Amino acid sequence: MDPEVLRSYVPLYKEAFILTLETGWLGIAIAFAIGIVTAFIMHFRIPVLAKIASVYVELFRNTPLLVQLFFIYFALPKIGISIPARECGAIGLGLLGGSYMAEGIRSGLDAVGTLQEESALALGMSKRQMFMYVIFPEALSISVPGIVANVIFLLKETSVFSAISLMDLMFTAKDLIGLYYDTTEALVLLVVFYIIMLLPVSLLGSIVEKKARYRTLGV
Amino acid sequence: MDVILEVKNISKSYEDITVFENLSLTVKKGEVVVIVGPSGCGKSTFLRCINALESIQDGEILLDGEAIDASSKELPRIREKIGMVFQSYDLFPHLTILQNLMLAPVKVKKTPKAEAEKEALSLLDRVGLLSKKDNFPRQLSGGQKQRVAIVRALMMHPEILLLDEITAALDPEMVREVLDVVLSLAKEGRTMVIVTHEMQFARAVADRMVFIDGGKIVEEGSAQEFFDDPKTERLRQFLNSFSYD
Amino acid sequence: MGFEVLAKGNNALRLLSGLGVAMRISLISVAISIVVGIAIGVIVAGRHPAAFAVFRVYLEIVRIMPQLVLLFIVYFGTTKALGINLDAETASIIVFSFWGCAEMADLVRGALLGIPVIQYESAASLGMPPLMTYRYVIVPQILRRMIPLSINLITRMIKTTSLVMMIGIVEVLKVGQQIIEANRKSSPNAAFGIFATIFFLYFIACWPISRLAAYLEKKWEN
Repeated sequence: MDPEVLRSYVPLYKEAFILTLETGWLGIAIAFAIGIVTAFIMHFRIPVLAKIASVYVELFRNTPLLVQLFFIYFALPKIGISIPARECGAIGLGLLGGSYMAEGIRSGLDAVGTLQEESALALGMSKRQMFMYVIFPEALSISVPGIVANVIFLLKETSVFSAISLMDLMFTAKDLIGLYYDTTEALVLLVVFYIIMLLPVSLLGSIVEKKARYRTLGV
Repeated sequence: MDVILEVKNISKSYEDITVFENLSLTVKKGEVVVIVGPSGCGKSTFLRCINALESIQDGEILLDGEAIDASSKELPRIREKIGMVFQSYDLFPHLTILQNLMLAPVKVKKTPKAEAEKEALSLLDRVGLLSKKDNFPRQLSGGQKQRVAIVRALMMHPEILLLDEITAALDPEMVREVLDVVLSLAKEGRTMVIVTHEMQFARAVADRMVFIDGGKIVEEGSAQEFFDDPKTERLRQFLNSFSYD
Repeated sequence: MGFEVLAKGNNALRLLSGLGVAMRISLISVAISIVVGIAIGVIVAGRHPAAFAVFRVYLEIVRIMPQLVLLFIVYFGTTKALGINLDAETASIIVFSFWGCAEMADLVRGALLGIPVIQYESAASLGMPPLMTYRYVIVPQILRRMIPLSINLITRMIKTTSLVMMIGIVEVLKVGQQIIEANRKSSPNAAFGIFATIFFLYFIACWPISRLAAYLEKKWEN
């Protein structure tokens, strides 16, 4: 391994890292928003919308992100919808992630169940207050381990962005391997930057997971 | 009466904690022995030692004159003769009630399936659970599960039954249905060693009571003497802790 | 809308055979993962501290490294480091199995350690010797926990096979691109028809399998 080569590559990776991270977190934010709305629709079984929501969830959970991105990036322009690559990446990740988040949050909502609802109503809360202050926070805390696992999953999925020519970490690595054949250096930096991106989240995940478990146990 | 079980001077300890020392107990055929004592006195461990679920450091345990030894190859064969029912969660969750009952007789004893099934159904009928034969354990209440667990032990035609706080994890209204089954077994002359916290039940079912405290047998005697005329201060205090007057 | 290219020549058949490549890679990998993963899981459940430490590191690598990064390392890296020219399909199977083994092993470990001690004890007190206890009491319970999750792993692997085009395997997406490319003039909208079709193909490959997994999981939960 040549330290000179490594040093000269770092700025390229840094740039790609920032792009990957920004697009990734934007996608995750979208996923979270879609997930919450979809979970509500499914939990409350809102007519028509609930059907659409479950079709959406099944469709996006059962297809790969890469195929979803290709569809959004290459197919939609043919029917007049053109979205730039970066937005495409964020939207694709958001749609994929939304379907996973929805499942997680909905099962949290379902798990909180009627017992909590009844005790909140008995305390004289309105239905709306009960949902906002009791059911939803409780459901979220139950869903935390699932949500964290989804965030890790989605950050990993960002690696396919290069396929729609986003200059992300993978793109940079592939480019450098193709151009200069410094395979080792290119791969080492790729791994290092993914570790920087994911290890903190993964470690945080283990901590949050334990906390969440204590909370649901009431300890 | 013939002696079935002889426990001679057994000791049990975990590393440097002694659970009990020098405990002895003799059980005759058809006798119902009830062991009571404060939590942590070692009564459950004592019961588990009898069929070698726990190893002992000293002494010996004889069933029909044959030594029970945790390291022996013969252990499964000897355990067939000792039925045991635990506090909870001991039914096999992946099998139906009927399958739970038939597994051991068919596989271990090589009882023909039809015969085992016939017996299982008649025992289930007796404990009022015939209609549950094709259900899974998770579909039963705690009391129903314990009745099945008792029947499962009976299916092996044990010479002696060990019941380890079988009602401790149950809701109060279910305790009765389980204890009624045990009472009827006592009436038909089953040999049993029972660990329990239900004093009324103990009094009704026991031929002999044993009080263990601090790893020792403090007092033993007939149910009547034991409850009406306790000899030791410790037993008196223990029995008082169950009454509200 | 560009669906007409499917009817041209044997385009539809080519797409399907592309999906076949994806299926082949995932099924072989799942088979390897199940066999090797169970072995690793049983070893790790033995609570040997060193084995557990190594396993934790292995699990963490799989947890945080994108499969595509692993594909690049194995495909490009081995050529460079070992001087052997690994074909792309072998590289994919290695990576997928590396990932699958970790997941299976963790499942087996969790399932083994999750069986209450009382299950062993009550089997023993019915006079069942250890082998019989495993055969009729423990293993069936473990399988019930594992089978739905292993089926789930199959669908996730099928989905992840879409990545192998990035190391040059001609699977369904790559075939799709080739068809779009070849019909650029005659069917300018082929991209829509082809990618919509591929989207649908993946869905009908994965959806029934995930339904089955969900059904079994529900049926067997205790």
